[in-house]
Amino acid sequence: MQFNRKFLGHLYMVLFLVYLLVPLAVMSGAAFNASKLPTVIPWKGFTDQWFIALYNDNRIWIAVRNTIVVALAVVVIAVPVGTAGAILVNSISGRVRAILYGMMVAPILVPGVVIGISTLLFWHQFSVGSGLHLSVLGQVSYIASFVMLLVLARLQSFDQGLEEAALDLGASHGQVMRRILLPHLYPALGAGAAISFFQSIENFNVTLFTRGGADTLTVYVFSKVRSGITPTINALALLLILVTLVLAVIYEVNRRRKARIEAAREAEGRRAEDAELVAS
Amino acid sequence: MNDLLRRYGKGLTWTFIGLTFFWLIILVVLPDFKLLESSFRPYLPVKEIGGPKDVYTFNNYLQIFGNEVDFNFFGLHFPLAARVKVFVLTIFYSGVVTLITFILAYPLSFYLAKVVSPKSLPTLFLLLFVPLWVSEVLRSFAWYIILTLKGPLNVFLMTIGVISEEIRWIDGYSPVVVTLVYAYVLFMLFPLYNAMQSLDSNQIEAADDLGAPWWRTHWRVILPHCKPGIASGAVMVFMLSAGSLLVPAIINSTTGNWFTQTIQGIMLEGQDWNAGAAFAFMLLLFCTIAVSVAMRVFRVSLSDIAK
Repeated sequence: MQFNRKFLGHLYMVLFLVYLLVPLAVMSGAAFNASKLPTVIPWKGFTDQWFIALYNDNRIWIAVRNTIVVALAVVVIAVPVGTAGAILVNSISGRVRAILYGMMVAPILVPGVVIGISTLLFWHQFSVGSGLHLSVLGQVSYIASFVMLLVLARLQSFDQGLEEAALDLGASHGQVMRRILLPHLYPALGAGAAISFFQSIENFNVTLFTRGGADTLTVYVFSKVRSGITPTINALALLLILVTLVLAVIYEVNRRRKARIEAAREAEGRRAEDAELVAS
Repeated sequence: MNDLLRRYGKGLTWTFIGLTFFWLIILVVLPDFKLLESSFRPYLPVKEIGGPKDVYTFNNYLQIFGNEVDFNFFGLHFPLAARVKVFVLTIFYSGVVTLITFILAYPLSFYLAKVVSPKSLPTLFLLLFVPLWVSEVLRSFAWYIILTLKGPLNVFLMTIGVISEEIRWIDGYSPVVVTLVYAYVLFMLFPLYNAMQSLDSNQIEAADDLGAPWWRTHWRVILPHCKPGIASGAVMVFMLSAGSLLVPAIINSTTGNWFTQTIQGIMLEGQDWNAGAAFAFMLLLFCTIAVSVAMRVFRVSLSDIAK
């Protein structure tokens, strides 16, 4: 019985991974099919023409550049804004804190369509036209929430006594911030920057309404799928999946190496302990 | 507040307050007020804006009515305005998506939290994360390829002889639901896993020892413990589904329209920004109500969901 249940668990896990990965494999496979439509069946022979077409497609590279510029701008604004919000929420209590916290978390749950339209309308009244700058502002409004949550979680483990000590020893406020608080927050800030970057690249809803005429990668792929699809998109998809996989493998190898070193250190510690016991 | 001043001094404190103000007021609150205000304004040619015809009205909201079509709800027929129908069906199918993701994710999160050896967990999570990192637009596109009339699914089913002729999968709401489930199932899995992981395994063992059948252990011990995780996952998946524009637009099932597509049509094709604002506000209002109801029902707070 116990064995059975375990076996069912493993089976389900494998099936689930197959379910997650097969659509991606089908999409990637279509990148090599000579058929004019993106599909794996019927297989009309192996080709690399879609990769060449992708390389020659100027609009796509402009879209890639736009996407990265927008994502970097979002990181630059969202990280300080979210961090400031977290520090503020962390240092007050009571009703005001609950309201402030609610306001900071709520944007995550607001549909992107609403954020896009409200940003567009709000800036339009000041004659700020649509364009990628509005996409940045719209995206920051909810991406800063993720940064705030990460930093707030990190602040929970911060010993405020350290700040007191530094102040007592004559450190200036700037020094306390720079030498004590920020170093403690670095992991959260790094994670926040990474999440902001990827959330921004992923974003579609906000960008669609605020972008004006400019393309980002998601919007471009979307318009391609809607108008004339060629397997160029599949070639692009395959490249993006490969980038993801390479990053994932690097991460995993790194993790295993660290785990091995950790295990070796522990084993050594045990040996030393045993030796001590024997000696005594 | 005084605490802040003492720790960081005037300059830094005001910087924190300034940045937070910029975020919450300039980027969040004021645009939403503008959205609400615009939604009551009529659609006028540029030179008449601010003129005598520019008065507040409910007309934008009333646009949701009209153009009545037959609405078939589980065999019950009654006439309903086309846009109301789309709104109702969007909510209904978002609920269906949430339910399916829960059914798919529950056994897996139990497996990850209680069955599998902790050593292989990081690798498994990495495998689960890879599809999540692939852009949503591409994941929807993958399903579009699979489901097309001449696509791999039909060919596969015909080869193994399950069906004798091609099935039009991209029809009605089912392809949208299938793709949404695929896109968002991991947003259900991770909060569920987190909740389940914090359950002491001894409690499950105790229930077993006391003779509870496995399903009662789940029903009486594990499920109640996972409530915050369920609430968090369900709210996330429901909001993402109801607010999704990318998935329904890429699948592009003409008989399976999403409410966000209605808004997009008014905004970008109709160029009627004020009516678009009214419809966007309706969506926002509904989402707010839905989240508050979910919080009441599951008795969780916003901070539980945010985890």
